[in-house]
Amino acid sequence: MEKLINEFSFGLFFWQLLMFVLLVILLGKFAWKPILSAIEGREEGIKDALDAAEKAKLEMANLNADNERLLQEARAERETMMKEAREIKAKMIADAKEEAQAEANKTIANAQAAIESEKKAAVAELKSTVATLSVDIAEKMVKSELSNKDKQLELVNSMLNDAKLN
Amino acid sequence: MTIPTIVGAGLIVIGAGLGIGKIGGSAMDAIARQPEASGKIQTAMLIAAALIEGIGFAALFAG
Amino acid sequence: MQRKTLGNILSIFILLASFTMQAETVSSGEDSGDLKSEIKAYISHHLLDSYDFGLYSYTNDQGGHEYVGFPLPVILWDDGLKVFSSSKLHHDEGVAEVGGNLYRSYHGKIYNVTSTGGELKMDDHHHPENRVHLDFSITKNVFTIFLVSLLILFVFSRMAKSYKNSAMPKGVGRGLEPIIQYIRDDIAIPNIGIKKYKRYMPYLLTVFFFIWIINLLGLTPLGINVTNNIAVTLALALLTYLFTTFTANKNYWGHIFWMPGVPPLMRIVLAPIELLGTIIKPFSLMIRLYANITAGHIVLMSIIGLMFIFKNWLGSSLSFFLAFALSLLELLVAALQAYIFTMLSALYFGSAVEEHHDDH
Repeated sequence: MEKLINEFSFGLFFWQLLMFVLLVILLGKFAWKPILSAIEGREEGIKDALDAAEKAKLEMANLNADNERLLQEARAERETMMKEAREIKAKMIADAKEEAQAEANKTIANAQAAIESEKKAAVAELKSTVATLSVDIAEKMVKSELSNKDKQLELVNSMLNDAKLN
Repeated sequence: MTIPTIVGAGLIVIGAGLGIGKIGGSAMDAIARQPEASGKIQTAMLIAAALIEGIGFAALFAG
Repeated sequence: MQRKTLGNILSIFILLASFTMQAETVSSGEDSGDLKSEIKAYISHHLLDSYDFGLYSYTNDQGGHEYVGFPLPVILWDDGLKVFSSSKLHHDEGVAEVGGNLYRSYHGKIYNVTSTGGELKMDDHHHPENRVHLDFSITKNVFTIFLVSLLILFVFSRMAKSYKNSAMPKGVGRGLEPIIQYIRDDIAIPNIGIKKYKRYMPYLLTVFFFIWIINLLGLTPLGINVTNNIAVTLALALLTYLFTTFTANKNYWGHIFWMPGVPPLMRIVLAPIELLGTIIKPFSLMIRLYANITAGHIVLMSIIGLMFIFKNWLGSSLSFFLAFALSLLELLVAALQAYIFTMLSALYFGSAVEEHHDDH
């Protein structure tokens, strides 16, 4: 300890203190401050760039999701449209069929009705014709048969029997 | 240097050596157990060793 | 395999021991004893500061000492300012007459020898009397401090400028930047805290690079040896102490004078101990740096000196390799001591600005 105190040089202490304080101040101003701020700035820059990249990645993912969603929607829309179209087609076909059927039925009914009426008319005509004919025949028969009484009766009977058939 | 001073200095060196050795050994154990914390362990080890060393030197110079 | 190596080492030691014994017998002669004391004197001389920047010295044919180097100014405050060139001191051998006073240097210190007519007067402890205490001479160490300061200023201001052009530094800055980042991220921030570390960064960075570079210079053959002066380490430790004390917050002083969480009686007992602790901390910083560097230099120079004492090829080459290995170790110590000083300073700063915790 004594040796240490003996060795102590005040001048060296003074110069060291002075130089070192000066050095800290000067370096702090001209070296450490710009160096540290540059390092910090660079680190900040790197961090920002990383953040931006992360953000971009997220946005990209969002965009992809959006695209996917849009695609999905479009696909769904197409699907519904197709379905609708198909339904419309089916409906149209069905409608057409129905209409055709109805038309056909109507035509058939009309035809039947016409046939029926035609038939009735024909039968009526036939009846009148037969009646006329019968009258004519009867007239003729009567004319011819009246000469023969039995024959006349027989004829009238047979004729009546025949007429009853209609 | 008188003989008691030399013996005292020797004792100090032995004590400090043992202390620093123990710190080093324990730090090795700790690093082996937790290699991921080796940086922190090293720092703590150096500080502890430096403190013991400081005491050792102080005693040596006081003698 | 291991046993074989062990055997080899053992046989080398035995060989060495036998050679040493031989050397011992030789050294009983007067010549070798002279060499030993000469080496001892050389080592103690190397550890001292000097008034001129000596690169090396040798003994000429006439037996006188020749010095190669350049003189530095001597500045004394002794009955007024006295400034003269150290060449007047003639390496402890001459008497410098300045302004009616006579001065002599002896083992790195200057003494006023006016009253004794140019002769040194020794006191009871074999120390010369009348030392000039206010000695502001630009000694070899002071000169080195200036040189290193300028070097650091130059290198780092250049590095700072290189950031203006690009985000990455150029040249040496590229190697120094990771160290700066290391000091910030692994020394300052963990110990001081992210909020307040910025105020201490200039000091921590300066102290690290200053000690590191000046320690490294001590390992060059220039024979510079700054950090083994207690005055230098005292100045550094004092700055740490002052910085800690003047930036300390209420919490720090509260812990010293009125330790929370202990009984009042203990608080009174603890206060002087804690107060003493604040002084012991920088004191241990001072002693640690000083002692490590001094011990390193003494051991290294002793082993180099052994080369000349052994005077045989085996011992000398072994000491050479030992010295070589030790130099490598000293390279590590140079950085380690700078790191420890910075680390502990940061720790003390951290304790000074630590915020109050509710957990105690």
